[in-house]
Amino acid sequence: MVCFVGIGLPSAAANLARNTHAPEVVLIYESGTIGAKPAVLPLSIGDGELAETADTVVSVPEIFRYWLQAGRVDVGFLGAAQIDKYGNINTTIIGGTYDTPEVRLPGAGGAPEIATASKEVWIVLKQNKRTFVNKLHFVTSAGHQSAWNVSLGNGGSARQPLRGNGPTVVITDLGVLVPDPETSEFTLVALHPGVTVDQAKAATGWELKVTQVLEETPAPTEFELKALRDLYARTEAAHGAASTEG
Amino acid sequence: MAEIATLREAVAALVSDGAVLSMEGFTHLIPFAAGHEVIRQGHRNLTLVRMTPDLIYDQMIGMGCAAKLIFSWGGNPGVGSLHRFRDAVQTGWPRPLAIEEHSHADMAARYQAGASGLPFAVLRGYLGSDLPKHNTSISSVTCPFTGEVLAATRALTPDVAIIHAQKADRKGNVLIQGITGIQKEAVLASHKSIVTVEEIVDDLEAPMNACVLPAWVLTFVAEVPGGAHPSYAHGYYQRDNAFCKAWDSISRDRETFIAWMRKHVLGTQDFAEFRRSLELEVGVGRG
Repeated sequence: MVCFVGIGLPSAAANLARNTHAPEVVLIYESGTIGAKPAVLPLSIGDGELAETADTVVSVPEIFRYWLQAGRVDVGFLGAAQIDKYGNINTTIIGGTYDTPEVRLPGAGGAPEIATASKEVWIVLKQNKRTFVNKLHFVTSAGHQSAWNVSLGNGGSARQPLRGNGPTVVITDLGVLVPDPETSEFTLVALHPGVTVDQAKAATGWELKVTQVLEETPAPTEFELKALRDLYARTEAAHGAASTEG
Repeated sequence: MAEIATLREAVAALVSDGAVLSMEGFTHLIPFAAGHEVIRQGHRNLTLVRMTPDLIYDQMIGMGCAAKLIFSWGGNPGVGSLHRFRDAVQTGWPRPLAIEEHSHADMAARYQAGASGLPFAVLRGYLGSDLPKHNTSISSVTCPFTGEVLAATRALTPDVAIIHAQKADRKGNVLIQGITGIQKEAVLASHKSIVTVEEIVDDLEAPMNACVLPAWVLTFVAEVPGGAHPSYAHGYYQRDNAFCKAWDSISRDRETFIAWMRKHVLGTQDFAEFRRSLELEVGVGRG
């Protein structure tokens, strides 16, 4: 599997997978590192260790054109500041207007094209009423929009399908959501041990749909926990006290 | 043909108020020393271009150098927000900052178009995104062969590109290694260029297929050891993560920021002196 990895939680999860059940996974970072095998979590998408451990290092135009746009990525793995019920992502502004925002966020980065060119997209973020919102202040990167309009400035407005399947799963600190096959609305299908449906509903800014047979996510094994703790310990030793969650 | 000069001479010769300046580096080889020199020379009304504006653009924006920022992701990697950038966009301090915002794939394509001498680039981009609604440099074009509607995006042709690299030879040929990012395209897209390097050597010893910028496409080459700090230079030194983290608190408050800039940047003659000034300060700048 080829996974285009965002920094922070996606990178942590992808490297945990590489250290446990998926040793052969190909990790691509947008800095141009293909097949990176870092021993510690990178602090930025361009850490030197990503280059040193990569199968090849290519330029930034090349990573987006030949590798992402051409459809060579199986999974785009993204974080988000906010999502809505269709898995649309906002990483641009919170509150106010675009020109005079209350909070200016870092912006798009690679996400608009990762979200649409990957064969599927996984989103990982913390779930609360600030992150799971009824209406996004800004759609930076598209998920499953109910009325799919391509709006490209002055010229084009044509209905056009997503190239990939869009987001297929949203993983949070409370549980797991997948899109309804009919409506594409993200529906709660699993909760982590000890989390209740009411907690998940209270942490969602829209009326959260819940599947009929709700599963409990399996608790991590000792092996997985040790791999994760070792990864964080190595990372902390390498980066000092700097954050590992982007 | 590249002229080997001091950084001060190169910036004085090429950077003028109101210029469009691209100082690139994709989390690696970020031209911090050059950014400081632009601040010291007091340039104003610059249009700053960069895919990933980070600490150095935060410093330039906070010092009032920039009228406009063209970018695709503005943050302190692994740490959080850029407080000076946010303050400028949210409250217009120290002066209003116009923004022109793209995605990474688009910015990379725009530089490629500029480097290729084309007026615009084509990409399958922005599907379903609100970004094109706020940016007149993003439009669309219909493929004459398939009818597919694609994003069309204006070429970037900055006045001056400034990058940092590992080595130059005495003629001014430059070798870039590791994560090369968008620097080659930024230099070739721009009218003039400055490359700061870790060292000037007799022989580049560039491997075949290495990323080499020939002297004849460059305007100035300046030797500035450590010139990418607190970013890193592959093969020379690592990223100073402690400084990147410390920047969060230095930059959060306007007065703390200004005092820091006055002491360490405006109060020093060049990057070597800046580094010594930082090292004297406990807990900051030890890389």
